[in-house]
Amino acid sequence: MTLSAIIAANRFGLGARPGELTDIGADARDWLTHQLKGTRPVPQEVAGLPSSAVAFQTFAKALRERRHDKEGDEAENKRRQIGAMYRDQVAARYRFAIRTEEPFRERLVHFWTNHFAVSADKAQVVGLAATLENEAIRPNVGGRFVDLLLAVEMHPAMILYLDNQASIGPNSPLAQKAARRVASDRKLDINENLAREILELHTLGVNGGYTQADVTTFARSLTGWSVAAARGKESAQAGQFQFRPMAHEPGAKTILGKRYAEDGLAQPRAILKDLAAHPATAKHVATKLARHFIADDPPESAVSRLTKVFLDRDGDLPSLHRALVESPEAWARTTSKFKTPHDFVVSTFRMLDFTPQLPEQMLSPFQLLGQRPYTPGSPAGWPDTASQWDGPDALLKRIEWASAVGKRMGSKVQPLDAGASSLGDALAERTRVAISRAESGAQGIALLLASPEFQRR
Amino acid sequence: MLNRRTFVISSVLGSVATLLPRIPFAATKTDARFILVILRGALDGLAAVPAYGDGSYASKRGALAITSPTQKLDGMFALHPSMTNLYQRYRDKELIVFHAVASPYRERSHFDGQDLLESGTAELKGARDGWLNRALSGMPAAKGRNTDQVAVALAQNVPLVLRGDAAVNSWAPSRLPDTDADTLQRIADLYSTDEYFATRLQSALAADGIAGEGMMGTGMGGGKRDPLNGFNTVTSAAGKFLAAADGPRVAVIEVSGWDTHANQGAEQGQLANRLRALDQGIETLRTSLGPAWKDTAMLVVTEFGRTVAVNGTRGTDHGTATCAFLTGGAIAGGRVITDWPGLATGDLYQQRDLKPTLDLRSVFKGVLGSHLGVSENDLETRVFPGSRSAQVLAGLLRTTQA
Repeated sequence: MTLSAIIAANRFGLGARPGELTDIGADARDWLTHQLKGTRPVPQEVAGLPSSAVAFQTFAKALRERRHDKEGDEAENKRRQIGAMYRDQVAARYRFAIRTEEPFRERLVHFWTNHFAVSADKAQVVGLAATLENEAIRPNVGGRFVDLLLAVEMHPAMILYLDNQASIGPNSPLAQKAARRVASDRKLDINENLAREILELHTLGVNGGYTQADVTTFARSLTGWSVAAARGKESAQAGQFQFRPMAHEPGAKTILGKRYAEDGLAQPRAILKDLAAHPATAKHVATKLARHFIADDPPESAVSRLTKVFLDRDGDLPSLHRALVESPEAWARTTSKFKTPHDFVVSTFRMLDFTPQLPEQMLSPFQLLGQRPYTPGSPAGWPDTASQWDGPDALLKRIEWASAVGKRMGSKVQPLDAGASSLGDALAERTRVAISRAESGAQGIALLLASPEFQRR
Repeated sequence: MLNRRTFVISSVLGSVATLLPRIPFAATKTDARFILVILRGALDGLAAVPAYGDGSYASKRGALAITSPTQKLDGMFALHPSMTNLYQRYRDKELIVFHAVASPYRERSHFDGQDLLESGTAELKGARDGWLNRALSGMPAAKGRNTDQVAVALAQNVPLVLRGDAAVNSWAPSRLPDTDADTLQRIADLYSTDEYFATRLQSALAADGIAGEGMMGTGMGGGKRDPLNGFNTVTSAAGKFLAAADGPRVAVIEVSGWDTHANQGAEQGQLANRLRALDQGIETLRTSLGPAWKDTAMLVVTEFGRTVAVNGTRGTDHGTATCAFLTGGAIAGGRVITDWPGLATGDLYQQRDLKPTLDLRSVFKGVLGSHLGVSENDLETRVFPGSRSAQVLAGLLRTTQA
């Protein structure tokens, strides 16, 4: 097994499963690029999950129950139902991640989900966060950035997470009607959250050259960009994207110096399309990809190469992802990326070929190690640099978890074999010796998981 | 109470002693404690400290206004009604409220705003380390001790403000069972040629010994009902750490949940619940510190404020200036410190935000200088480079300590 197979499986992929290094064979780049193009059938783990519309309606029902039924039994039931839904979604995500034979593609799915982050610590988003990944990210990861962007921004999870469903143009028909009503104490107006995060996080980046006026104008253009029955009424369309002309701020909008004529839904869509093709977006996306796959401080050479591919190929994602595979910087022998808790847990389960059965069991390690799935806590997503993950206490928690895993798996897995099969020659001699001298299989696994080489990729 | 891991520490430390020579504890002259609380997400300063006496307040704030406050600080300002413990601190002259404060940051990105707040530099240029880390080496409390015995982040990972060249410690509640001593020893041996891992393991074990097993199993299961996700558990632990005679003297706590774009609420509601939990957590810290409270300064800050006007979803969008709190037994409190800019449209920053009139770095310098003994030269050159315009705010402490 070659060094490039080890890098392909552990840096680009999700950590080698038993036999994976051998399967990759001599041409690791070829193995990686084959994973990129086109679409894939929905993974069977994911196929049975409720859609965003169902998740949305379950939450809306819970709210209605709570309003009508003061005792709250039914509402409590629904809340539990949403909690169970979330755990099933988490379990499905990781069952697939543990078994997939296209781990590079799956890492990219996770990467883009984190780029377009929503956080399930907002009640309304708990059941929806995973549906953003499965409905908007997964189908578009082999397509173009602009289609990915549009799918994400039109998804109910994003709209509700960033409050756009209730953002209303101050001169829209709806606001004018409300102003005529005497009793209304509430002035209908915009909420700039979605517009700002699209510019700052999803497209141009914080230094991408936009102003506060651009944010406000974009927010006005995005008024009416909403979700059907967002306030919880019963409706067959509830939870689906809906453009509400009544709430839309009329008039032409000028953003980044370009004027967009009033055109209803087509106006914000035209703005999004231009943002997707903007050079600042290309650079922002290229930097994040290079940081994820190469180093916390990505080399300028790789960033500019990826930026150029993004622009030359009109945001074609397979070309962009392929450019990463073709970047010599990504194949350095030194492992410079410190694994996030997500990486650490997934690669552990893949190496040990172990899939926790109960959804609670799947969820718990991520939670304990500080990365509860789909809850980055902010629209910026989980950080992708070591300093955010390598605190002393975080290391101790990993060791404690490693030792608990060892106790569970020690009698089933030979730690030296598992280590050799997943890390190949990258397993240090020092670690080999320590494992061979371990007093038990359990302790051997703890040492393997705690070793510096397993904690980096 | 020390947990059963304590006995392991000495043996583990032995194995990495070649990497980090351990200096025996020296009696430190200073008992001063400092806790920095970072509220992530941008706290609405006009909600926490309403300017009820400003002629434009009620009309500008609309549905979010608290027009008949119960906890008045003076003729202009009040404390949010859910912060009852802090109000008592104010009456006991142990709380200073700052208003219309801001870091030098003038854009509206949370993430850059937090980075600049924590880096303590004038501009944002790939912030690598934080002002509190740079200040550590100049503190008398760090004389004769390693910096990771002096400073602790109450988080699994160290926030930027405490990151940098000086080693620091970190601690967070755990629900995992302890790893047995023998396995820990072997892992420490495995790390003995890898300084990166060795130093972190050493710090973690030292911290875990101090927190004690009374803390285990109480943290992350905090559940949905706690609006600040275990803040109270963390402040209780912080108090234990800092109360110990040979414990750390500087702690950083971070708590998110302040980004109130929608349905923020006024006297009651989601922000009120969080302010109550914040208030309770601070009170827990005070009790947990015990007699050490008299030597304590605790500073609560956020990256920026929020719009003065309510937005279209009964919340507020990202703004500029906000409030900050400085409390503790060492504080010369019972005052509101502000150069109030006013809330009339013409007085606002870009006609939408509270205008900043006090640089937070002035407050930082005031506390670091008179409470923690960092020299003025250090403050101006290393800790807050390029901050001449932000003059040291003097007289924040009850008695000036050397």
